[in-house]
Amino acid sequence: MATESFTQADFTGWLAEHKLMGARCQSCGALYAEARPMCPDCFGDDMSWEPLSGQGKLAAYTVVYIPPTAMIEAGYGRDNPYVTGIVALDEGPSISGQIVGVDAKDTGQVAVGMPLQATFVTRGEGDARRTFLAFEPATEA
Amino acid sequence: MTQRKLGRGVAVVGAGMSQFGTFPEKATRDLFVEAFREMRASVDKGLDPRDIEALFIGNYSSDLFEHQGHTAPIMADWVGLTPRPAVRIEDACASSGVALRQGIMAVASGLHDVVLVGGIEKMSNLPTAEVTDTLATAGDVLYEIPAGFTFPGFYGAIASAYMARYGATPEALMRVGIKNHENGALNSKAQFNISIGGIMQARQASAAKKGRPVPQWSDEMAFLQDDVYNPMIAWPLRLFDCSPITDGAAALLLVSEELAGSFSDTPIAIIGAGQASDRALPNRPDLTSLGAARHASQQAYQMAGVTPQDVKIAEVHDCFTVAEIVATEDLGFFEPGQGFVAAEEGLTARNGLRPVNTSGGLKAKGHPVGASGAAQVIEVWKQMRGEAGPRQVDRDVDIALTHNVGGTGQTCVVHIFERR
Ligand SMILES: [Zn+2]
Repeated sequence: MATESFTQADFTGWLAEHKLMGARCQSCGALYAEARPMCPDCFGDDMSWEPLSGQGKLAAYTVVYIPPTAMIEAGYGRDNPYVTGIVALDEGPSISGQIVGVDAKDTGQVAVGMPLQATFVTRGEGDARRTFLAFEPATEA
Repeated sequence: MTQRKLGRGVAVVGAGMSQFGTFPEKATRDLFVEAFREMRASVDKGLDPRDIEALFIGNYSSDLFEHQGHTAPIMADWVGLTPRPAVRIEDACASSGVALRQGIMAVASGLHDVVLVGGIEKMSNLPTAEVTDTLATAGDVLYEIPAGFTFPGFYGAIASAYMARYGATPEALMRVGIKNHENGALNSKAQFNISIGGIMQARQASAAKKGRPVPQWSDEMAFLQDDVYNPMIAWPLRLFDCSPITDGAAALLLVSEELAGSFSDTPIAIIGAGQASDRALPNRPDLTSLGAARHASQQAYQMAGVTPQDVKIAEVHDCFTVAEIVATEDLGFFEPGQGFVAAEEGLTARNGLRPVNTSGGLKAKGHPVGASGAAQVIEVWKQMRGEAGPRQVDRDVDIALTHNVGGTGQTCVVHIFERR
């Protein structure tokens, strides 16, 4: 049985340290960019954390002009849209993240398949301070 | 896959809906009474409500939309059906499609002979940002929402993957909106009982009345490409690619097949039922198709013993225009990557090769999320019985299908109907 902990708190704790970690099944080798206490592929219980490179390619994206409350509070809206997407990591699993370092109003700057690398965005003050996973255009091919 | 059969036959013998739209003065229960009344009136040989044995009510989020939990017993009370068992079923926007499945199982099992299936949602009380927040909770709150995804955003991302893979354009998506508004213009129950052309004229009249320059567009496509009149919501999806915020309710009466003739001259048998679940978007192998829709439709086709080619009309879950295109592929009507071509060629138009969403769909009829799955059945019921009025299709509809999706496809439920 696993002795490590695999909760959302662990995952966001890694993000706060600017680390992207994945949960690997020691039985079948499946890898998830999520905190998974059991393997949904083989029902195995022997998971272990491993670092992910954060390198990947954009699998799908959108530019959000009508944001949720949390992103309105972060300054986004009709006149300041943002890009978010699903990134297929080089190690296999995919994960959602805001795409930063691009002009959201210039759709020519973003394309499915573009290489990206993980970065970390911190928002909020005091107890609400939280680090989010994001991606930016890869600096090297 | 093991072929599954119902324990005994189940038929729809009554179907009704409230007006769809935004009604500040009405609560969910008021809309449900409207739907119940119309359902009761639709039963050819009459319904004594006391014959109803149980209620299965689809509802996504009365808790967040109206701050009202435990809604099913209230619905039972407002239509005089306490102390019968009443249960609320939640699978996001598929809630009442799944409620239908639960009702079918209750009758097929022999536990009940006559059940009421309902769908309810009252969305317009909240400001848009809070509606956006509420709908987004149908995604993964731990892993997707922190990335800033919204509900239109999820489908915008699906559209980006679809366009990149197959070369579809935003204009192909717009064709779905134009078509569904044309159908909605013929549906007096629709929130948008108006074509895109009609909306253009209304915008021009409004500008003229206010003494402003009257906007001119060469055609509907030019209007839909206008950033001012059809603003971007979640690229590539614009306002008219998105279903609206809607209040509404729907009600269906299900009975065992042996009782159907005592209620109805033209009962509609449920011959196929399928449902499946799926992971959130990032953990799917293909972002251009909903795996749950493929699984659910395969189950339904197998149970019914029919093929996609046998289906005369379908009501599919067009919460966004791209979703209708993907649905027509997942259901086997068109090959992967051909759904957008079919939309461009008008194959899914009301009198096209394969009519889809003759009701106006979620886009024009409206999308009170927990009511949409049951409301889809009402259109099928009307078309199969020749009661669809000005939007009645030009062919005999002996077999029809409904496709109801929850979230971004974490749930899909498909039903196939046959007129007996
Ligand atoms: Zn495993």
